[in-house]
Amino acid sequence: MSRQSNRTTDSKKMNSELFTLTYGALVTQLCKDYENDEEVNKQLDKMGYNIGVRLIEDFLARSTIGRCQDFRETADVIAKVAFKMYLGITPSVTNWSPAGDEFSLILENNPLADFVELPDNHNTLIYSNLLCGVLRGALEMVQMAVDVKFAQDTLRGDNVTEIRMKFIKRIEENLPAGEE
Amino acid sequence: MVIFSVYVVNKAGGLIYQYDNYVPRTEVEKTFSYPLDLVLKQHNEKVIVSFGQRDGIKVGHAVLSINGVDVMGKNTAEGKDILEYFNDPANYPISIRFGRARLSSNEKLMLASMFHSLFAIGSQLSPEVGSSGIEMLETDVFKLHCFQTLTGIKFIVLADPRQSGIDALLKKIYEIYSDFALKNPFYSLEMPIRCELFDQNLKSALEVAEKAGNFGAGS
Repeated sequence: MSRQSNRTTDSKKMNSELFTLTYGALVTQLCKDYENDEEVNKQLDKMGYNIGVRLIEDFLARSTIGRCQDFRETADVIAKVAFKMYLGITPSVTNWSPAGDEFSLILENNPLADFVELPDNHNTLIYSNLLCGVLRGALEMVQMAVDVKFAQDTLRGDNVTEIRMKFIKRIEENLPAGEE
Repeated sequence: MVIFSVYVVNKAGGLIYQYDNYVPRTEVEKTFSYPLDLVLKQHNEKVIVSFGQRDGIKVGHAVLSINGVDVMGKNTAEGKDILEYFNDPANYPISIRFGRARLSSNEKLMLASMFHSLFAIGSQLSPEVGSSGIEMLETDVFKLHCFQTLTGIKFIVLADPRQSGIDALLKKIYEIYSDFALKNPFYSLEMPIRCELFDQNLKSALEVAEKAGNFGAGS
């Protein structure tokens, strides 16, 4: 999977089974290493955060999306452009709070968790917690502090996978010039 | 039509990458006999010509090398003070190379931080709300183009004033940064970029931009 220096196609085709296997190997190894679901969740979130802070630049470099004016626009961009670009799925944006600062992303299918079943001794494991970290890290780099959690998870018996995103505040430190 | 150099500045205003693609070489080497008819003085840790311009040696040019050996600041390579060396008739005839002093990396760091602040002033001076910072700085010899990403990283390109397609080049450099710097897991954000692949790809992007004179779509 090495890169040529000039990208002619925007996304390289990769076997999604290999992706599922890689993510699965990651989670199971973390479970072996930490033996505590809460700790694994935390580590997945941290790893996702590190991915998110780098992924955002790739996203901005390749798409022509400018700064979002409000949280609704952010939600649309995340669901329709970002998820499509990186995971090939388009979650729907629903359940807006009255204040317009919280919404849910409903994923019909989750590519990270294809073929996965959670055993009984891992009840509190949030298998796809990496995604929460990615979203949090990416938005933090564009000066938005958000809280991201899994509200429903098909792996734990729910019908759909639901990610709940809450806007906390705009990060005012180190604002790029011209963005005040 | 050339692209002179590329600078990358992080969110805090620190220079994290610098590449000189083309440095105009205006150096003159001449052999002199005692006494030296140029007036030299020390300035900023360098010895520069202050009077006596002639034969391509201009005021402001610095002493770059003596008898083929590069100088170190205001001392010769052996550590002797240059002005004293020139005052001693026993050392002549001497062959001295003069030229425009190249910016040291410290100076580049300072200039990058200064530009970072000026960039912010650009948006503050604006009569309209929501202006961007400085996008272009033009002199009679070069044009400086600056692109700030939504995450606060600035990509600065110094190019010939007639060079077109710099906007596309800046976007291309952003892509190269997001690929070869950020996707390298051993590169920490906001730190100086020391990635070979980043260097190589940047060089080829600059070559393409210079040849085309116009960086088109589809590259």
